[in-house]
Amino acid sequence: MTAFRQSVEAMIPALRRYARALARDADIADDLVQDTLVRALRSERLFLGGDVRSWLYTILTNLNKNRRRSLARRPQFMPLLDNNPDASGTEAEGRDIARALSTLVEEQRAVLLLVMLEGLSYREVADIQGVPIGTVMSRLARARAHVKAEIEGERATLRRVK
Amino acid sequence: MTDRKIPVTEDELHAYVDSELPAERRGDVEAWLAAHPEDAARVRSWRTMAEALHARYGSVADETVPRRLEIERLVRMPRKWVYGAIAATLAAFVFGGGIGWMARGAAAAPSAFQSFTADALDAHRLYVVEVRHPVEVPGSERAHLQQWLTKRCGWEVRAPELAAAGLKLVGGRLLPGPTGPASFLMYESASGERFTIYSAKSETAATQMLYAAQGKEEALFWADNGVAYVVSGGADRGRLTQIGQAIYDQMEKTGG
Repeated sequence: MTAFRQSVEAMIPALRRYARALARDADIADDLVQDTLVRALRSERLFLGGDVRSWLYTILTNLNKNRRRSLARRPQFMPLLDNNPDASGTEAEGRDIARALSTLVEEQRAVLLLVMLEGLSYREVADIQGVPIGTVMSRLARARAHVKAEIEGERATLRRVK
Repeated sequence: MTDRKIPVTEDELHAYVDSELPAERRGDVEAWLAAHPEDAARVRSWRTMAEALHARYGSVADETVPRRLEIERLVRMPRKWVYGAIAATLAAFVFGGGIGWMARGAAAAPSAFQSFTADALDAHRLYVVEVRHPVEVPGSERAHLQQWLTKRCGWEVRAPELAAAGLKLVGGRLLPGPTGPASFLMYESASGERFTIYSAKSETAATQMLYAAQGKEEALFWADNGVAYVVSGGADRGRLTQIGQAIYDQMEKTGG
C-alpha cells in the first residue's frame, strides 16, 4: 500500500466520528465517509503533498454541505418525544448534546465539531471552510452559546414539567 | 483588587479553552477567571460540552470499520481514472446547487427530461437505501421480472447485462410514472454502490443523452423508440456515462 493510502486509511476512524456527529445518522455518516474516501483515492495523483488529514476533513465537510443543500427544500423533522426518564445521566447528556447539535446552522456545527471533537486548530478549520480565522472564531463562539442555551433551556423545561 | 492588565476578551476565553492562546497570556486569563465567576462558569460549561461530545461520539472511532469502507475494496472499484480525477477535483472545490442541466449541443432540454429525471431521482433515493426490500422481484428471477414488467408497462422491458461494468442486477419493481406505469431496475457493484434504471413511455420519441446532478446523485436521461430512460447513481459523471452507454447499446441491439 502506498504511503498516501496508509495515511488515508489511518484517518477512517476519526472521519467516521466526525461524520457521525455531523450527520447524526450512522448510515448517512458512513455514506459520507465512503464518498470522501472514494474521492480522495481517485485524486491520489492530484494530491501534491500537504496535510492529508485537513484535506479529508475538507472533502467530507463539503460533501455534507452538498447533501444538506439538496435536502434544504424539504421539511426538517425533529424527534418529538424521546425523553426517557430512566435514562442514565450520560445517556441523557448524550441525547441533549445530539439534539442541541441538530439545531445549529451547518457552518457552526462543522466548526464546533472540528475544534471540540476533532481537535483541529483554528487555522486548520479556517482553511477547511475557506474563511478567515476571525470568522471561525465568531462561528465557534455563536455555536457554543447556542448549544449552551439549548441544553440549559431543555433542562429548565424538563424541571418545569416535573 | 485592581485589574491593571488588559481585560480578557471573549475570543481569548475560547482560545484559552482550545489551547490556542499564546503561553504568556494564559496566566492573565487564569487570574481573570479567578476574579470573574461568570466567565469562569462559561469556560466550565464549554469544557463540559466538550466532554459530552466525546462521551457521545468518541467511541465511534473505536468501532470496527465496516467492510464497505476498507481501502482495498474502494481502490478496486472499477473507475475511469481520467474522468474520475476530474470529477473528484471539481466536486471538492465546486459546489453546485439544485439541478444543473447540461444538455449536449444547443438543444433545449424538453420538459419530459425534467419530470422524468425528478421522478427517477426520487425513486432512486427512496429505494437504494433499502437493505431488506430494495426490489419487488429479485434479480435471480430475471426472466419473470422482464415478462411481468413488459406486460404491465406495455413495451419490451429488458434488464441489461452490466457485468462488464461491474454491476449485478438486484431486481426490479413497478412504479407509477409521469405518463403511466414505469419500470424500475436496480443494479449493485461488489462494493455496494447502486445504480437504477427508471423507464416509462414518453411522448418524446428520441433524444440525445442528457445529464443532471442533484446533490450526491447524478442522472442520465434519454429517450428512444418512445420510451424514456433515466439512469441514476451516486457516482461521478464518467462512471455514469460508461454505464449509460452500455445500457443504451444493449437497448439498441434488442430494439427495446
